[in-house]
Amino acid sequence: MNYKTENIKQLIIKKPLKLDCGKIIKDFPLAYETYGKLSEKRDNAILVFHALTGDQFASGINPITKREGWWGVAIGEGKALDTKKYFVICANVLGGCMGSFGPKDVSEQTKESYGLNFPVITIKDMVKAQEALLDHFKIEKLLCALGGSMGGMQLLQFCASFPDRTFSAIPIACSSSHSAQNIALNELARQAIMADPDWSKGDYNKNKNSPKKGLAVARMAGHISYLSESGLQEKFGRKLQEKADYEFSFNADFQVESYLRHQGYSFVDRFDANSYLYLTRAMDYFDLSKQFKNGLTDAFKGQKTKFLVVSFSSDWLYPTKHSKDIVIALNACGANVSFAEIKTDKGHDSFLVNEPKFLATIKGFVDSSYNTYKK
Amino acid sequence: MKREFEIIASLLSDHSRVLDVGCGDGTLMKFLSKEKNIDVRGLELEEKNVEACISKGLSVIEGDAETELDQFPDKSFDYVILSQTLQAFYNPVTVLEQLLRIGKASIVSIPNFGYWKVRTSLLFNGRMPVTNSLPYKWFNTPNLHMCTIKDFYELCNKKNIDMKKIIGINNNRTSSIDNNNIRFKNIFSEVGIFLIS
Repeated sequence: MNYKTENIKQLIIKKPLKLDCGKIIKDFPLAYETYGKLSEKRDNAILVFHALTGDQFASGINPITKREGWWGVAIGEGKALDTKKYFVICANVLGGCMGSFGPKDVSEQTKESYGLNFPVITIKDMVKAQEALLDHFKIEKLLCALGGSMGGMQLLQFCASFPDRTFSAIPIACSSSHSAQNIALNELARQAIMADPDWSKGDYNKNKNSPKKGLAVARMAGHISYLSESGLQEKFGRKLQEKADYEFSFNADFQVESYLRHQGYSFVDRFDANSYLYLTRAMDYFDLSKQFKNGLTDAFKGQKTKFLVVSFSSDWLYPTKHSKDIVIALNACGANVSFAEIKTDKGHDSFLVNEPKFLATIKGFVDSSYNTYKK
Repeated sequence: MKREFEIIASLLSDHSRVLDVGCGDGTLMKFLSKEKNIDVRGLELEEKNVEACISKGLSVIEGDAETELDQFPDKSFDYVILSQTLQAFYNPVTVLEQLLRIGKASIVSIPNFGYWKVRTSLLFNGRMPVTNSLPYKWFNTPNLHMCTIKDFYELCNKKNIDMKKIIGINNNRTSSIDNNNIRFKNIFSEVGIFLIS
């Protein structure tokens, strides 16, 4: 990626953080952004966890990439997370590449980018780092915490690790542990990056280079998994790209090819390839049930948090069954849980696009939670 | 507010834990949580109703009672309510057993096919009955297993289900039903409400 991540909000976390891999990090930056205003009683704060390729710039124009924030459909004045009412916080995850401590950062000792010398990060590590943000804003308890995909995993971990720090929670299109298919798809993406000679075993920054082709292919593979079969078919079908007939070549004849190439190559400008390796690895290692003696039910034991679990009918990456397993575990320990499966053909990405039923459901949940919680 | 809901509410003790199976848009749930401080959860099939419940601040799980009651542990609720839905299941007996497994007690209400209007409709008109509590035509009814108050009474006896209370509703009037008056009440009750365990 070519962007400079200066002049963004960063919290320097001084307290040593012991990572799951055993290493200890301290005095590291966590980049964040906020929307709306924190009330005097500090009872209107919402923490949003971003997905794999997201960042802290959830709404408005991202000042670094100059593109729309990834969750502009949900966050803003009058939107589902209404910034006239609520104070929304979003942090770039640990291991990310938008200003939080990550593999592209320069090591003080070697004066080079960490690359693969960066410690392996887990979802739990990400969440521990973000908890510091709540202390920073002196927010004892959030009104709501929510996130989709990898953001949903962070949220589940957050609720398990810090059960008293949010009044309500919305895990969206996620899973309490990565399935074999999830791991396989991530491995495909990592192999694509590592097979690019420009990756240079992770040391591409030394050569002022980056594995653009590998990262683009990784993104393309990911992108296919975020859409549904019927969604793709409806959008592209077999339509040709600005031509009347086949070219009898390997150029992008089909619109869907052209679309994928665009998705892949526009991604490499804003994302660091090593971050992609680290974050996908964190997702693969995620298995909440493994952290507790009696499995997932134990993870949520004694929860007072009000949950709304959301899945999408056409999501084959984190299908409804994954969400239902979370609901069953929450029910088993008597937690307060709602569950909604949104019927849509927009696939896993449904939470990122304008899906009115989904947005109305989370709005209803957050607003009614606020009516109960506000002081 | 339906008379039936008031009766159901009167059967529940304050601060109890209740599961409302087929909770619709949450009218009963809202009433119970507000008036009786009951910790109430719902299970509902229709997406629209689920959204309506969530917006009211109610906890509801989208799912099919026919296949998804498994997810609730044994005796995890004080009461499980099933309001006028039993007849719509493929396997009403399995659902009934699930209700009694999940709840320490259960409240089941049924639209009574033995109600006199239903009987006379078929007898004199020779047509499938359409009444207030059975508003469907034969070709679009979701009701697969219609029964009478007496039928359900017999089923409970056969299954050794303890009927603690049976209440009949007719034109907003309620009456208690027992072994002695059931033949008569089976004719004059539009809806029967059973508290069972």
